[in-house]
Amino acid sequence: MIHTGIGNTGHLFVIISFVTSLLAAFAYFKASNAGEMGNQPWIKFARYTFYAHTVAVVSVFVILFLIIKNNYFEYHYAWSHSSTTLPLNYMIASFWEGQEGSFLLWLFWHAMLGLVIIRTNKKWEAPVMTVFAVVQAFLASMILGTVFGDVKLGSSPFMLLRDVLVYDTVFLINPDFIPPEGTGLNPLLQNYWMVIHPPTLFLGFATTLVPFSYCIAGLWRRDFKDWVRPALPWAIFSAVTLGVGILMGGYWAYETLNFGGYWNWDPVENAVYVPWLILVAAMHTMITFKKSATALKTSIILVIATFILILYSTFLTRSGILGDTSVHSFTDLGLSGQLLIYLLFFVVVSIFLSVKVWKEIPSSEHEASTFSREFWIFIGALTLVLMAFQVLVPTSYPVINEIGQLFGLDFNLAPPANQIESYSSKQRWFALAIALLSGTGQFFFWNKMDKEKLVKALTLPIVFALLISAIIFVIAKIYNPVYILILTAGVYSIVANATILTGLLKSKSYKLSGGSVAHIGIAMMLIGIMFSEGYSKAISTNTLIISNEWSEEDNSTNLPLFLNEPKQMDRYEIVYRNELVKSADIPGFIRKSLLDDTQDAFYKIVKQPIMKDGELLADKGDTIYMTNPENTYYQIDYKDLFNGKTFSLYPRIQRNPSMGEVSSPDIRRQWNRDIYSYVSVSPEVEEDIDWGEKEEIKLKVGSRFYVNDYVADLKGLERVDEVNFLDLGPNDVAVKATIYIYGEDNTRYLAEPLYIIKDKNVGKQPDVVRELASKITLEEIDPNSGSVTLGLNATQKDFVIIKALEKPHINVLWIGTLVMVAGFLIALRRRYLEFMKMRDKGLG
Amino acid sequence: MKKSSIIGIAVIAIAIVIIISSAGDASSYVTFGEAQELAEQGRKSEIHVIGELKKDTEGHVVGISPSADKTSVQFMMVDDNGKEQAVFLNDPMPQDLIRSEKVVVVGAYKNDMFVASKVLLKCPSKYEEKALYEEKAL
Repeated sequence: MIHTGIGNTGHLFVIISFVTSLLAAFAYFKASNAGEMGNQPWIKFARYTFYAHTVAVVSVFVILFLIIKNNYFEYHYAWSHSSTTLPLNYMIASFWEGQEGSFLLWLFWHAMLGLVIIRTNKKWEAPVMTVFAVVQAFLASMILGTVFGDVKLGSSPFMLLRDVLVYDTVFLINPDFIPPEGTGLNPLLQNYWMVIHPPTLFLGFATTLVPFSYCIAGLWRRDFKDWVRPALPWAIFSAVTLGVGILMGGYWAYETLNFGGYWNWDPVENAVYVPWLILVAAMHTMITFKKSATALKTSIILVIATFILILYSTFLTRSGILGDTSVHSFTDLGLSGQLLIYLLFFVVVSIFLSVKVWKEIPSSEHEASTFSREFWIFIGALTLVLMAFQVLVPTSYPVINEIGQLFGLDFNLAPPANQIESYSSKQRWFALAIALLSGTGQFFFWNKMDKEKLVKALTLPIVFALLISAIIFVIAKIYNPVYILILTAGVYSIVANATILTGLLKSKSYKLSGGSVAHIGIAMMLIGIMFSEGYSKAISTNTLIISNEWSEEDNSTNLPLFLNEPKQMDRYEIVYRNELVKSADIPGFIRKSLLDDTQDAFYKIVKQPIMKDGELLADKGDTIYMTNPENTYYQIDYKDLFNGKTFSLYPRIQRNPSMGEVSSPDIRRQWNRDIYSYVSVSPEVEEDIDWGEKEEIKLKVGSRFYVNDYVADLKGLERVDEVNFLDLGPNDVAVKATIYIYGEDNTRYLAEPLYIIKDKNVGKQPDVVRELASKITLEEIDPNSGSVTLGLNATQKDFVIIKALEKPHINVLWIGTLVMVAGFLIALRRRYLEFMKMRDKGLG
Repeated sequence: MKKSSIIGIAVIAIAIVIIISSAGDASSYVTFGEAQELAEQGRKSEIHVIGELKKDTEGHVVGISPSADKTSVQFMMVDDNGKEQAVFLNDPMPQDLIRSEKVVVVGAYKNDMFVASKVLLKCPSKYEEKALYEEKAL
């Protein structure tokens, strides 16, 4: 039965959320124009409308989740993003895999933030919440899915499958048809990071609305200065959340994809990197403003730019305009017009409001001195803006092409062919400047400076920085001049900020230490990136030519490993041991060769008892359940030739229906480097093996023979009553031969070929031992002489080709990230307490 | 000169440098004919070509041949001007290749072969064409 009720309820709540956001926007607008505060009529009405809106949004959220959770595949969203086999955490991930779900997530965060603002700031409630409610109306319209005349507004997540696939014959025959299974979540996204990365990122997106709303409120009310105080802690919170969200995405890519890094300069990544840089710049100028009443205009521009860029990035990634340039933008839902209006609306409103009052905004008369903190923070912010601009320009090529076409111009701009090199070679210079500025700027920030004092303050850190970086580049053998500069700048920033930090800690001003801690983190990240990317090198070196079609570089950096044959790589002896799979019923890995297929990919039959530490985990003939049958793992054992220590890596191949064969790395984390290895060529799938010519031998039970040069014993023959995939009748016969084969390390392998007579027809079911590259067929049984004929085939030994990269000092990057986050949190706490103190004095 | 003017000039200068250098790095969308001309002129930089897979009269994709070891694939592509061209990709065949309605290849000519370093596929939007029972690759 089709559950139409739940979807209709969901859709109704979407409409309610849209209508209530419009009402709340109108009421808050009225309240704001009337200068209302506290519990006056418009504000009260607006507040309750917003509460109703929040309830509606939460209801939509819950209903969509229930549809996914209960496997209601009559709904397109559940069908196309989930399946019955997904565990709960990945059902959550499938919720935001689609555009509609991620819009919903965004709506949800805005609603929550709105509640926080209503609770914490009565003075600014009316104008700030006006902006909030308008934004919510735009977002709700994206999932509205209602037709007005000729215009369809939004794409509803509550569409029934039969209404989407209108022409599918299944529904023409039976409109009530419900598919028993969904198409599932892309296996690449079945990863814990995909459960928490999108909510974090969208919380980051959502929080950029808060400083923006305060800024717009300030311009609107002509209260040009006071908005900064409540907006600043939000800007810091937003910067840290967005930053963490972006890095989580990078970490997911590092662990799951195999391009060997965490950042690919893909347009989708750039689209969030750019607003983040601008937001960080805005945060800095707001801090200067709070300290010395300068840079107010710059702050206004940057805060507005941050939010507009978030909208712009939404437009880029969701309108389909990136189609020719990015591998992973969302599918086009035909929302581009709506998204463009959303973007342009806020561009026009912000520009209009700013221009109207621009002359009235106070700005300082005299120019900032070169020895003032204002000057240096301003230069820092400017550097961040230029840094963002450099990424923004190539990312916007598709947009520039479109605009050009409007004026009849054909710019024909395609993104750089070598994306990573093109961006990195420019971004590094900005990063270098940022490191130098963040080191030096701190001295200006805390002390009144003149030439003499400056020289005195800087001498020691510079000397130390030069000394330390000299030691590092001698030890680490860094000769590239650009990297030497980056390293020196990074070390200088750490030393300079550490000097400031020590001073602050000495005077017990812990709560003021946020800035220096965050800067140390950033500088560590820079050094970590420089090492791990600049000095990433393949350790899987090889002198054999693997394929003539491969480039020289590919041939020399990929290492073929034959099963059980050790090879030396770097300081390790490595051996390819096993092809493994995972089952939900058995802990750890299972040898793939121990399992037989069934018709259902999710179920496998155990061929031989699976033991672990003397305990029987699954007996022969048991059926076990595979959570992710598309995943195969390749066990590579490593033995350190210096100290004899051993470990194993399990890189994965995912035969993924929507992405093809995807290889994911396994990473060995050491204190000074990561060993990042993945399978570049996996063993052939069973059907494609070339088995060569068959050799037939005749022998008696109990005798010994050789197959593919391995010793084998024919242990016995027995009649069996059951055969997989076959129903045996009373007149049918099946005979099984039991053969032991002894592999290199004295492992005993079992082969059990079958000879079947069914309905008077002979069928032979050979058995394959992949590990020994052998196939044995029971060809004939001679009951008179008691001898049997075996057909033996051999093939090339099982092998994988791996690529292993060394990523030196990547831990410095991850530790730097944590240090940066800690710094942000310290600063956030300080600014929030300041705001609370002033608010409680009635200054809001 | 005032400091703010100096800074302003510096910023504009840097912005111009950024735009020029980005434009220098930018690749371009060309047809196979143009790409071949470029290669004959000795330019080795990679370019983008947009097109479709070659199809027979019944609309079936033809001309895809993965290498024996499946590590690479060669396919026939038709650009917007209707020119046919064999493209070699030194990667396993992307699963969606056959379903794609539009293909963007990034690469350059090597003799008569277009060697792609990257292939971007545009697949039919989910509202247009997604059969209820897609064959699962398992």
